[in-house]
Amino acid sequence: MNEKIILSVENLDITFRTNAGLVHAIRGVDFELPAGKTLALVGESGSGKSVTMKAVAGLLDDNATVNSGKIFYNGLDLLTLSKRDLRKKINGQQIAMVFQDPMTSLDPTMTIGAQITEGMLLHQKISATDAKDKAVELLKLVGLNEPEKRVKNYPHQLSGGQRQRVVIAIALSCEPKILICDEPTTALDVTIQARILDLIQDLQKKMGLSVIYITHDLGVVAKVADFVNVMYAGKIIEAGTVDEIFYDPRHPYTWGLLLAMPDLDTTEDRLYSIPGSPPNLLHEPIGDAFAARNRFAMKIDEREQPPMFKISETHSAATWLLHPDAPKIELPRELRLRLERARKAANL
Amino acid sequence: MTKYVAKRIFMSVLTLFVIIFVLFVLIRIMPGNPFPVERMSAEMILQKRAELGLDKPILIQFVDYMSMLLQGSFGNGTSLYNGAPIKPILLACLENSFKIGVLSILFGTTVGLLLGITAALNRGKFLDGLCTVFSILGVCIPSYVFMIFLQYFFSYKIPFFPYFFDPSRFLFSSIMPSLSLSLFTVATVARFTRNEMIEVMNSDYVKLAEAKGLYGFELMRKHVLRNALIPVVTVIAPLVVDLLTGAMVMEKIYGVNGVGKLMVDAISGDGIDYNYVLALGIVFSSLYIGIMLVLDILYGIIDPRIRLTAKETA
Repeated sequence: MNEKIILSVENLDITFRTNAGLVHAIRGVDFELPAGKTLALVGESGSGKSVTMKAVAGLLDDNATVNSGKIFYNGLDLLTLSKRDLRKKINGQQIAMVFQDPMTSLDPTMTIGAQITEGMLLHQKISATDAKDKAVELLKLVGLNEPEKRVKNYPHQLSGGQRQRVVIAIALSCEPKILICDEPTTALDVTIQARILDLIQDLQKKMGLSVIYITHDLGVVAKVADFVNVMYAGKIIEAGTVDEIFYDPRHPYTWGLLLAMPDLDTTEDRLYSIPGSPPNLLHEPIGDAFAARNRFAMKIDEREQPPMFKISETHSAATWLLHPDAPKIELPRELRLRLERARKAANL
Repeated sequence: MTKYVAKRIFMSVLTLFVIIFVLFVLIRIMPGNPFPVERMSAEMILQKRAELGLDKPILIQFVDYMSMLLQGSFGNGTSLYNGAPIKPILLACLENSFKIGVLSILFGTTVGLLLGITAALNRGKFLDGLCTVFSILGVCIPSYVFMIFLQYFFSYKIPFFPYFFDPSRFLFSSIMPSLSLSLFTVATVARFTRNEMIEVMNSDYVKLAEAKGLYGFELMRKHVLRNALIPVVTVIAPLVVDLLTGAMVMEKIYGVNGVGKLMVDAISGDGIDYNYVLALGIVFSSLYIGIMLVLDILYGIIDPRIRLTAKETA
């Protein structure tokens, strides 16, 4: 790859202290984000996707410990910065975040305008009136009607979709380079979802943002992402371009995720779901964490964790099925048909 | 906003009226007489009742009482038991209770807030544990135990503070009474503040503020304190009334001539002093309702959600 890498995470390892004991939530995560591109982090609840991004943004809860790893932003290891430096130099200005639930992510006692200008006044040498003008401009940019009136509103006077636009305006207020969107559309109406995604894509082009989506919605991934990382039990188990993941998935877990997506052309009556549930990371599994739910699991899966096998320059997956000595297996029929249809539709 | 305030005031007056009615009826239908019956013959009692209009139907008595109240007099303005005037005695007692009450409110809320904030900021650490232990002790130890403890150590063992409250040396002699009275306030406010702070600190909007780059004191001031303290105000308000209206045990132990003691004396004699009991009831209720009213209006000012819905419905 010859693009500039704006963010790279190396061997990140995080544990949480809980009342029940230590939870090893992130067990060695590596990924890179090329500047200007969109990366999607996909996985079930509890797979560690949010925690990984919170670590990047320096917003980990107090009971989290980063055991090892590096997070390079433009060559600067964010994990070596103090909380104060991180807030002063990185948060808002370099890396901004959009949270999942717009109903709770705005301060109920502060006007929209004050919440948007807050970051600007903190980081930039800008007068209060200029900041206010810019807030109105930002609200226009995110497509909120009557922005002059909106800046004086309080969050409870806006709808969920409007609030999410405000949250995006806040995130963009200091012209960050990276925008992290933590399930930005999960809490929204389906009709609003597409508009918010379009808005983010649009802004990305206009401002040259690099975007990271955290989501479990493969529909969103297909729509917005350039690269996809599939996470499972605190690890990235398959990484590739969006085409590679959707048309040529290699990890049985990714197969399961794709099959679990509703498809109108299917001949099956029942929607597939991956059997079982993710392992409890309070008791870390030996071997491949997915083995217990994997119908293609082999003996070695129970003994040893699979390394990332490289499939192409951009595509890799962590499953023993890719080992040269592994038996050749047949893809599930339904998935094979789906992939064929998808490839045909995409003219591949 | 004015309509909101007007509505609240109307509701408060209505509430007060209902309370007075219920109190009035309850007191009159209780068995017994308001006079020292042991020293009176049956005829004398009947004669006295007729004289005071107590033989009339309750509703008529109530109308009479209300018309006198509106003219600024609690009934005929004197004790039915011994003829002592109500207003001067009540005012004197209120003054003593208020002095100690205000001191204990100031002390209780300040220390309570400080403890709660300290605990929340050091969540899970030693200081948090210490504050929690203190809060539990404060809620669990009956205040009279603490009062006697204070008297034993700081008046008897180390004769520094006076045993009893003395209006002429008001500040010095009210330290022990107000300190012991505020114990419960400190504990309640501390516990509540801690929980609210922690909830707000874990909220999404504080996370978003951190993601904007806010930290430390700025973050606390702009986003955490305001949101956390709004509910705390609701807890403090009723405690304020409790403290202002005196605590009879405290008044007994420290020899304070306050309203708590006045109330007990009015009820526990051989007659129930109708006028005194009612007057005290009215004063306590008005205080409570008044403080709740002020609180509601204050709420409207600090919390935009209430202010704006009030405006919209108005």
